[in-house]
Amino acid sequence: MRQEIFEITENFALTKDVYKMVLEGNTEGIRAGQFVNIMLSGLYLRRPISVCDVSDGLLTILYKVVGKGTKQMAETPVGETLDILTGLGNGYDISDSGERPLLIGGGVGVPPMYKLCKDLIAEGKDVSVILGFNTESEIFYQKEFESLGAKVYVTTVDGTYGIKGFVTEAMKDIDYTYVYTCGPEPMLRAVYNACKTGAQFSFEERMGCGFGACMGCSCKTLYGNKRICKDGPVLTKEEIIWEK
Amino acid sequence: MGEINRLSTTLCGIELENPVIPASGTFGFGYEFAEYYDINKLGTFSFKGTTKEPRFGNPTPRIAECTSGMINAVGLQNPGVDAVIGNELPKLRKVFHKPVMANVSGFSVEEYAYTCQRINDCPEVGWIEVNVSCPNVHGGGMSFGTDPNAAAEVTRAVKAVTTKPVIIKLSPNVTDIVSIAKKCEEAGADGISLINTLLGMRINLKTGKPVIANKMGGFSGSAIFPVAVRMVYQVSSAVNIPVVGMGGVSTAEDVIEMMMAGATAVEVGAANLINPCACLDIINDLPRVMDEYGISSLSDIIGKSHE
Repeated sequence: MRQEIFEITENFALTKDVYKMVLEGNTEGIRAGQFVNIMLSGLYLRRPISVCDVSDGLLTILYKVVGKGTKQMAETPVGETLDILTGLGNGYDISDSGERPLLIGGGVGVPPMYKLCKDLIAEGKDVSVILGFNTESEIFYQKEFESLGAKVYVTTVDGTYGIKGFVTEAMKDIDYTYVYTCGPEPMLRAVYNACKTGAQFSFEERMGCGFGACMGCSCKTLYGNKRICKDGPVLTKEEIIWEK
Repeated sequence: MGEINRLSTTLCGIELENPVIPASGTFGFGYEFAEYYDINKLGTFSFKGTTKEPRFGNPTPRIAECTSGMINAVGLQNPGVDAVIGNELPKLRKVFHKPVMANVSGFSVEEYAYTCQRINDCPEVGWIEVNVSCPNVHGGGMSFGTDPNAAAEVTRAVKAVTTKPVIIKLSPNVTDIVSIAKKCEEAGADGISLINTLLGMRINLKTGKPVIANKMGGFSGSAIFPVAVRMVYQVSSAVNIPVVGMGGVSTAEDVIEMMMAGATAVEVGAANLINPCACLDIINDLPRVMDEYGISSLSDIIGKSHE
């Protein structure tokens, strides 16, 4: 965990409401599947956003404008600086992947798959990626994943692009050794039920601090109570308890 | 050093290097913050509210943002007093070498007494802060803090089982906080801390439903500072035991204002969650602000506004 000042070097819309922001600063220790917590002027709580990519000194985040905070982020110009807590959360464990890992991202669950995909390909793995969206106009980052050398499958719920249906539709024909996923909870549940191998799931929750102090984002697991921000956001298939 | 410590204050007979104390529930058992700075720089800290049995707390969402503040409805999640003594305190000993403030909650007088008796045997603990004011648990907590006689009963029961100084943490969600504080003093309390959070609520405009699963929660953050200053002033005017002031403190100026209102020491809560180094920044900034206002020693300004 670090507290650092980053400068915005890029900030633009990828789709109607999903933005890409590139930040320059100290990226030491940031891993795939972790998140950062961004202070925004005039807003009390920081905004937790997943890490899309990180390379020496550059951090990339993709965020959807859903409320006051993300709207303010979208309006913040290049050159401005942001106070950011980095290196938050456990991140994905790539040692479990086997030779043919499958990465499944749904909507704003797509970004954390990018750095993970990069890391797995660097390890020589044969990576398949399913990117799930509601409709064609919402699709982002398909080419970026293809450029990494992954086999990319795109699903749209309304069938306007790629495979029609949910991400589980695309899972049927893929031969995989392990699953990594991030997306809305109904999608995570569907992947959990369809998945025939071990898997890691990244969860979302309203957070207070984002670094394990306030107990605002606790959940129950088979391995005891966990804090999504500190002991998560990634939980393994064996430990998840689905509430209700 | 040779020089006297301008920041020191004495709380119930124990000297603090400075008056800054992270408030319970915003600092866990200290380790998360030890990753950001040396927590031995603090006066002390009040650890996560501990109950007799382990508690998961309330369902999520537990957090809602507000203008200049936040609402939480964690509901006293904690591993229970056995695990606190068996696991948390031994770990804490490695990163924190000063007397710590134990924060205790309960759902009956007997439970408060049981937990305090267990904690009385812990050499790491300097003070016991008894929370009779949590707004987030049903059928307990705050009901003791809203009734002067019940608060006094808890105080007596706790005092009977511990030799450590007992500080009773009061709720602002009452009509007359002074009468409750006085009853606690009569019952033997060594100090009073206030204020706990103000009961609050937010509604999601998209769903028309409360943001927090528990519907209501405790409102904290800089927005509540003036309410806290007022209550610290009122209570410290009425009792002869030390008052620990808290509620919306986030700067060195706030600490000085709280001490002028009558606080012997000052707890910092929600600010820690936004800026993990908030308390360190405050401590480092205090000498500058003291110079600005011609304050040579913090102990000189306690209750200055009463003069």
